[in-house]
Amino acid sequence: MRRTVTFRIVVDPIRCDGFGHCAELAPELVTLDEWGYPIVQAEPFPQSDHELHRSAQLAVRGCPRQALTLQKIIAAQS
Amino acid sequence: MTVELTTRRVLANHLGRPKTLAEHEDDFGPINRLAISIDVLRESGITGRGGAAFPTAKKVEFLLQQRRATRYVVVNAMEGEPAAHKDRMLLASNPHLVLDGAMVLANLLNADSVVVCIARDHVTTIAHVKAAIAQRGGRRLQGPSFEVQSPPGRYVAGEESALVHWLNSNETLPQYRPTRPSLLQIGRGGVLLDNAETHANIGLIARHGGEWFRSVGTASRPGTTITSITGNGKALVVEVPYGTPIRSILSGAGIDYAPRALLLGGYGGTWLDGKHLDVGFDDDSLRPFGAGTGAGVIMALPPQSCGVAECARIVEYMAKESARQCGPCAFGLPAMAEDLKALASGRNAAQSLSRLSSRSDVIEGRGACRHPDGVIRFVRTALSVFAEDFNQHAAGHPCQFALGPRVSYIPHQSDVKDLEWE
Repeated sequence: MRRTVTFRIVVDPIRCDGFGHCAELAPELVTLDEWGYPIVQAEPFPQSDHELHRSAQLAVRGCPRQALTLQKIIAAQS
Repeated sequence: MTVELTTRRVLANHLGRPKTLAEHEDDFGPINRLAISIDVLRESGITGRGGAAFPTAKKVEFLLQQRRATRYVVVNAMEGEPAAHKDRMLLASNPHLVLDGAMVLANLLNADSVVVCIARDHVTTIAHVKAAIAQRGGRRLQGPSFEVQSPPGRYVAGEESALVHWLNSNETLPQYRPTRPSLLQIGRGGVLLDNAETHANIGLIARHGGEWFRSVGTASRPGTTITSITGNGKALVVEVPYGTPIRSILSGAGIDYAPRALLLGGYGGTWLDGKHLDVGFDDDSLRPFGAGTGAGVIMALPPQSCGVAECARIVEYMAKESARQCGPCAFGLPAMAEDLKALASGRNAAQSLSRLSSRSDVIEGRGACRHPDGVIRFVRTALSVFAEDFNQHAAGHPCQFALGPRVSYIPHQSDVKDLEWE
């Protein structure tokens, strides 16, 4: 049995005030809607993708409202 | 408001006024030594009556697994849904049955107190429940203490996390809960929160057992549902088993016209085409049509009415009722309401139709609570049920009923800026 680790960005919609920094810092993962609020990529990205992981971390740290978290998803794969 | 009873269970022997404790015990049996076990609750298969249809036994089990020194039982009788009036009717008829259900659940969970939450606009209901609690106080029963709390009657105030947040800190704001199931807490105590109708049914299960409860209704949704019916210029309440064909519910409520469409579940619910009248009123039967029972609301839209204009009114109301915490809901719902308004009048509506469906996709699932998702479900089913009308309106040809009288009831909303959130 093998474990696969993936990541995704999760937004707390109550905290988010639509500053839009996340879309600047991680354009591969976050787009903005017409009102400036983030739409994050629902599909998790693999651990092996270091570049995506790096920009996700930047987006999480760069949020002035601290509304983003990087969620680690561990799935058992047989 | 009148009551029609077809299957008398939680609304049995309706007197037109709240029953006293003595009358209640004559009808249903004594309240001393009333108890329920988790096995009976599981066997009954009872599901929540507030709209989400979550199995109550699972909720109780989840709470029993959590080690908590204090626990609370909360009865949700907020009924923020403008088209629903079942909880008020229930509490104006059999308030003690609701208190019985809350009492046995509190004893099962070892909870010290039961909190009954009623919107502060529902003044008579508050009086009925307070009187019922006072009558029980004279009995020196063992069990939890009862209290009534009255948060402001906003639409989202009845959402479970908003209600518990109000009990904690006097703000009726829904909370962000990324992990499910999530434990609701008052202070450090665990909270079991159920709809008033669920509690009333549990009061009956404690007396008659799970098998009796399953004897009516469907396998996945046993028991009866109190449906709030709007139509014919009237609002009434009918108690029927789940799975009863919608046609017989409507005829039982005295609606004699063939409705153009039905709004099921409430203002965050779903539209069903008027030709599907023989479908049973339960979630399994309604699922193929993309509909559900929600909080047990049926609004029958008469033939001489405009579905587009009704949607515009209802979505405008729902947009104003947003708690304005999450951007997609605070800005998205008013934008959708504007599109619907343009469509209803048929002016400058060319773009509105495609924008409505693309905005639905953008907003869905991006609020902390399910308020925006409910509106989107409402709009999507409207777009398919009234597809022909929407196309006509978008082309600048609103139907002849677009300016006619309205069917849906919209509560008075004072200036949006003054909405009280406390």
